[in-house]
Amino acid sequence: MLYREAGQFKASYEADQQIFPILQDRIGVLLLIGFFALAVPLFADQYWLKAILIPVLIFSLAAIGLNILTGYAGQLSLGSAAFMAVGAFGAYNFMLRIDGMPFLVAILLGGLCAALVGVMFGLPSLRIKGFYLAVATLAAQFFIVWALVKIEWFSNYSSSGVITAQQIEILGFAFEGPQSKYLLTLFVVVVMALAAKNMVRSTTGRSWMAVRDMDVAAEVIGIRLMRTKLTAFAVSSFYCGVAGALYAYTYIGTVEPEGFNLDLSFKILFMIIIGGVGSIMGSFLGAAFIVLLPIALDVFVPMLLGDLVSSSFVSNLQLIVFGGLIVFFLIVEPHGLARLWQIGKEKLRLWPFPH
Amino acid sequence: MAREIGDVILKMEGISLSFGGVKALTNISFDVREHEIRSIIGPNGAGKSSMLNVINGVYHPQEGQVTFRGEIRRDMEPHKAAKQGIARTFQNIALFKGMSVIDNIMTGRNLKMKCNVFHHALHWGKARAEEIEHRKKVEEVIDFLEIQNIRKTPVGRLPYGLQKRVELGRALAAEPSMMLLDEPMAGMNVEEKQDMCRFILDVNDQFGTTIVLIEHDMGVVMDISDRVVVLDYGKKIGDGVPDEVKNNPDVIAAYLGTSH
Ligand SMILES: Nc1ncnc2c1ncn2[C@@H]1O[C@H](COP(=O)(O)OP(=O)(O)OP(=O)(O)O)[C@@H](O)[C@H]1O
Ligand SMILES: [Mg+2]
Repeated sequence: MLYREAGQFKASYEADQQIFPILQDRIGVLLLIGFFALAVPLFADQYWLKAILIPVLIFSLAAIGLNILTGYAGQLSLGSAAFMAVGAFGAYNFMLRIDGMPFLVAILLGGLCAALVGVMFGLPSLRIKGFYLAVATLAAQFFIVWALVKIEWFSNYSSSGVITAQQIEILGFAFEGPQSKYLLTLFVVVVMALAAKNMVRSTTGRSWMAVRDMDVAAEVIGIRLMRTKLTAFAVSSFYCGVAGALYAYTYIGTVEPEGFNLDLSFKILFMIIIGGVGSIMGSFLGAAFIVLLPIALDVFVPMLLGDLVSSSFVSNLQLIVFGGLIVFFLIVEPHGLARLWQIGKEKLRLWPFPH
Repeated sequence: MAREIGDVILKMEGISLSFGGVKALTNISFDVREHEIRSIIGPNGAGKSSMLNVINGVYHPQEGQVTFRGEIRRDMEPHKAAKQGIARTFQNIALFKGMSVIDNIMTGRNLKMKCNVFHHALHWGKARAEEIEHRKKVEEVIDFLEIQNIRKTPVGRLPYGLQKRVELGRALAAEPSMMLLDEPMAGMNVEEKQDMCRFILDVNDQFGTTIVLIEHDMGVVMDISDRVVVLDYGKKIGDGVPDEVKNNPDVIAAYLGTSH
């Protein structure tokens, strides 16, 4: 009886079109943001902030980026990590080469570079689909990483393309500790997640989904396929780019192009498969799941099985569990954790009178 | 009747279309007048759907000329046809399966919406006002088609007949001046067919929308059409008002399968 929209009649389309139409959802989201913005920094220790919360946020952003392209616009991509790299190296160069470059502007510009590159590698999507497009984005993945290593200017002529993120400073305040870096990351990710939610529920998002579901019908309605697909590539790569910049500046600190390899691209793809294809919230769930799973296995498996197993077994177990879950979600629940969450909510809506 | 049939707005002249060796259409000419209900009939594989695809630029005929509102069209693309006010439905329902009824119909208003992706990301001011304004129009369409109770349902979960109705809604939402309907009543029961007929007649009557209709149910066709074109094996074998067509010996032969 706690969660239901009964009695919440929408008096206007305005009310019906709010970002979270059900009151409990609105309160829930506000509480969540409040919890992560106010309570977490007070109580979480360094390890949690640095090794769990910051990466979960950053991967969530990258997963939102991939979800926009794959989940909403239906264009498969295996190049997410490369677009993250463009964002990271872009932001680094803007900070390095322009005096007094504000940090937030630098990461946005890094994102814009990624968007441009994304559009370039999105051009094949106008002619090819599905598996073949995935192969084309795979080419982007390898080419971009190769170019960042090969063209030394990008890393300011450091060896093998390693860059070290500059100190972050906004309006004279230096973001040094994990707490302030966490809050900065949280701010950027929340703002961009809300913007993404806004996009997918408006004409832009509907056009993406229309192209995904039935491209001939979309065109007959007047949707421009080229523009729609390229917008999806641009926005998606922008999100990945900003995630990459944050990855360098608030998470790892020192990165090299090889750090943004195909493994990472796959990891982000797994996040949206497990979290939910075509769901913004699923992107968060998937990222949290994939960051937390290895940690949980590391802790719990030795606890349960004691000395019976070696640590190499635990790390292999990780891969097995991952593989199993991917197969499970692909076959049984293609809409991922987000869908399970939704089913839970629907049950709750009827509870305690299921009929 | 409020509507009055006007001048010729669409003229097809000598249209020929083939796919590799298959001749789908051979030297076909006919015209469509403003505000009329113009039906295209013919046995399976006659080339009816191909004809609609030529009209709105999905297929490009190898020969012939299409004139729409006095303008000879070249290199037609579907989105250009949409811009000129031509909407359509498909023989095999072509709804956006992952979206709700409202969102599907909202896509029909795509061309009338001016905000860009940056407005949408903020969803404030202009973008919000636009969304609300168009939502109102979509609700009018929903009321017109009497589908209020399913407005939030994902279209994939709807029965076939209702999906066809939603697809009509999506076309209507564009406020087209011409609608191409490809077998809108196929697979429906009598009651659903009656509803669909009523909607088509109402649209034609209230908004003056010109309708090009493909339909297999001869009762319906002869009942609601102003003029009928008959195709068989890609050739035109009849053209005229229902009574003329009904009594055309070639048409009778084609339907009874005696000629060829
Ligand atoms: N895209 C295509 N590629 C190849 N052949 C096609 C294509 N579209 C149509 N055809 C062929 O053109 C001919 C006419 O097909 P069309 O779909 O226009 O017929 P129809 O009159 O709509 O038939 P039905 O009543 O079965 O819908 C058929 O022989 C069909 O196989
Ligand atoms: Mg057909």
